Amino acid sequence: MNYFPDEVLEHVFDFITSHKDRNSVSLVCKSWYKIERYSRQRVFIGNCYSISPERLIARFPGLKSLTLKGKPHFADFNLVPHDWGGFVYPWIKALAKSRIGLEELRLKRMVVSDESLELLSKSFVNFKSLVLVSCEGFTTDGLAAIAANCRGEVNLGALERLVSRSPNLKSLRLNRAVPLDTLQKLLMRAPQLVDLGIGSYVHDPFSEVYNKLKIAIQRCKSIRSLSGFLEVAPHCMSAIYPICGNLTFLNLSYAPGLHGNKLMKLIQHCRKLQRLWILDCIGDKGLGVVALTCKELQELRVFPSDPFGAGNAAVTEEGLVLVSAGCPKLNSLLYFCQQMTNAALITVAKNCPNFIRFRLCILDPIKPDPVTNQPLDEGFGAIVQSCKGLKRLSLSGLLTDQVFLYIGMYAEQLEMLSIAFAADSDKGMLYVLNGCKKLRKLEIRDCPFGDAALLEDVGKYETMRSLWMSSCEVTLGGCKSVAEKMPSLNVEIIDECEQMEFNLDDKQKVDKMYLYRTLVGHRKDAPEYVSIL
Amino acid sequence: MSPPLLGVEEEVQSSVSSPSVECISENGIGLKERNYLGLSDCSSVDSSGVSSNLNLKATELRLGLPGSQSPERETELCLLNLGKLDEKPLFPLLPSKDGICSSSQKNVVTGNKRGFSDTMDGFSEVKGYVYTEKSWMFHEAGSDSESPQSVGHGKYPGNSGVNVILSTRSPGVKASVKQDEPANVLQEQPRATNGTSLKQTVISNNNTGAPAAKAQVVGWPPIRPFRTKTLAASSKNNDEVDGKPGPGALFVKVSMDGAPYLRKVDLRTYSTYQELSSALEKMFSCFTLGQCGSNGTAGKETLSESRLKDLLHGSEYVVTYKDKDGDWMLVGDVPWEMFIETCKRLKIMKSSDAIGLGNYLVSRSLPKNVIKSIITFVIHHFIDKCVISFCFCFFMLIFCLTI
Repeated sequence: MNYFPDEVLEHVFDFITSHKDRNSVSLVCKSWYKIERYSRQRVFIGNCYSISPERLIARFPGLKSLTLKGKPHFADFNLVPHDWGGFVYPWIKALAKSRIGLEELRLKRMVVSDESLELLSKSFVNFKSLVLVSCEGFTTDGLAAIAANCRGEVNLGALERLVSRSPNLKSLRLNRAVPLDTLQKLLMRAPQLVDLGIGSYVHDPFSEVYNKLKIAIQRCKSIRSLSGFLEVAPHCMSAIYPICGNLTFLNLSYAPGLHGNKLMKLIQHCRKLQRLWILDCIGDKGLGVVALTCKELQELRVFPSDPFGAGNAAVTEEGLVLVSAGCPKLNSLLYFCQQMTNAALITVAKNCPNFIRFRLCILDPIKPDPVTNQPLDEGFGAIVQSCKGLKRLSLSGLLTDQVFLYIGMYAEQLEMLSIAFAADSDKGMLYVLNGCKKLRKLEIRDCPFGDAALLEDVGKYETMRSLWMSSCEVTLGGCKSVAEKMPSLNVEIIDECEQMEFNLDDKQKVDKMYLYRTLVGHRKDAPEYVSIL
Repeated sequence: MSPPLLGVEEEVQSSVSSPSVECISENGIGLKERNYLGLSDCSSVDSSGVSSNLNLKATELRLGLPGSQSPERETELCLLNLGKLDEKPLFPLLPSKDGICSSSQKNVVTGNKRGFSDTMDGFSEVKGYVYTEKSWMFHEAGSDSESPQSVGHGKYPGNSGVNVILSTRSPGVKASVKQDEPANVLQEQPRATNGTSLKQTVISNNNTGAPAAKAQVVGWPPIRPFRTKTLAASSKNNDEVDGKPGPGALFVKVSMDGAPYLRKVDLRTYSTYQELSSALEKMFSCFTLGQCGSNGTAGKETLSESRLKDLLHGSEYVVTYKDKDGDWMLVGDVPWEMFIETCKRLKIMKSSDAIGLGNYLVSRSLPKNVIKSIITFVIHHFIDKCVISFCFCFFMLIFCLTI
């Protein structure tokens, strides 16, 4: 089979970077498997409990970059207790022990203790990059261990010197505590910045500092990404205008002080924007401005500024329709709004058939179409039918089994589905499980799906990364059944109230169930309230 | 060795992640091929023969009039589906005729079988929630439960503890087969949870539509706690004016001389002085003309409104505001945004009153802050250049007197 020496094949494989492709390559034959595994440098592990660090190291000794994800997605919304799991320490320990030349570690939803950070900083000579997303468990001491140059407190003078010494500094994000004159000095020293985050932007438009800041900003011609503005004086935003024309990413989702005309003016300068994260105080009108200005827009996220408020949300379906009409390249959406109509969704589906991620969150989760009083089945059905490349979908609003029928039929590329407060019966879940062949992650809360749906086809779960069901109708007996039939799955019951201890009745409904496929059996680090069946 | 790049991001730039290690194992296990869709040709559903019967019509993208056609479509779908289902085992569950139709046709606004509305009703007993910067705590129920009140570490302090409160289960889901509108879903027996007194209070059965208090459900809306905390902190810092914190609303009291009661306006709903003044006109027109609810014709009303406009813009009334320092200023001098930030209260007073405020410099023409700055300027220069400032002073006085 091999007409080429291994080195040549290795060289060819170097050009293959996508994980999926690499996986396919390794399946061709034994020798390709061998070559591929020795040459693989980047590994992605979507569920840290699906494999053990030892096996990882055994297979990929040349590992340089590792991405690990821990807790299930709903952990972001307080549905998973803090000490559920996802500890990175065993991984770092194992990697250190086998002297892997780790250079990059990317973690998401993992628990990172200070000890792990210390061990990390000491064990890998070439370590370059640590990325933590939604992680917890560490303090500034731990971080200080990593950033070897910044021991102890970082004062402003030290920060300035650090920036001066870093000619390659590309990304700088400051918090509220950094005063304006420091910001100005930093910008003067780092005109090569690509990503800037400004914490506090409050000043007197007539001051000397402001003028200096204007000049400093103008020099930063490389800035492509801007964020922050936790505190902002809206009438001083004109200093930012010179760099707006180059921005591709603007994140104002922490800036409630910026709204109305000033915000719209700012956006009108951002003609090359590709990603926009904004609060809903932009309003439908503001979204109209976005639609007119940002023709390159690919990703839009509209967050609620007042999530628990009594319906003062400033965006409705109109804003979304405007953006869809004006930005045909839109492919990723996260939209929190007060209401949505089927008509609007159908229009959006027609305007933007390229959606890859479509996440809609109506703040009242069982709200029907306010115009017709119908559920939103037809609207979402239109989305899945029109967007053939849809990979991620989050539903909300009043929904019946019908929408799941549509999803099962049309959402062929769907990989992740989030459902809450929807459906009428088990049929909904069955439609999805039977229909979406590429489904990898399914997370369900507060839906009437029971054992019948869960047990219909347990083999399907092996093709998926994980399934989360909370506040549904599945019983302990049902979960036990799954665990029995599928030894390659870990079926975890999370029972914080510890009621299961006293009542082992199989008919008892399970509050939170999380199941995932794994090669290494039951994990040993589960807390008491988690039982693995 | 250069220091490692430290990036602590709150959101990840999502790129679709692909399975890696698991992929091998998945194929290694040797899954038998399953026909998940159950159709003869499993490829795209768009392929002709198979799907032709299969509710093409129902999924046709058309914008009907609201409410029109939907029931029919669903009926068609019912019938089509039934026909289809008999031919091929599309979905293993062969629902009964009644089952499908009723579930698609039932009035959906009953709010039945929704865990959410059940949950909400459960919470109508609870005193809403108190959102502190640190955590969400349900006063009624949270304290004595045994759920882990975990405190987040590091960057995410004080995260929640609200895992106690769980939605009450909605029973009767399988009652989708029921023909009658379940106007009410009986609350299921609350599951015994240790020490959660909330559950005992959850017997309310009034789940018809909107929840009483907008009580909080765990994990809804799906926003990271970090975000809500940061927003709360930012809003607090940004807001210096009277009115609710955050961008939601900025209500200030508006009083008018002679009016029996005050009003409140939300300054954030306007973007110019013009809008504000027309809104004020509308609000106070009845007071000015002494006729509310009179049976005047349209013509008469417009006449009154325009008369009021004249009154407001003419010489009879002025709109003033009280700023942060407690001084009464004339509305209209500073840019709108600055006005919003400093205005604490509005007052519509008669011009005669305004003039008669004891200081005729506070007249229509010269607002107080200008006077202030002139005087400061004068005093400032008095020390350096006596003569020039004296002359200046003199001319200013002449100017004022002549107006």
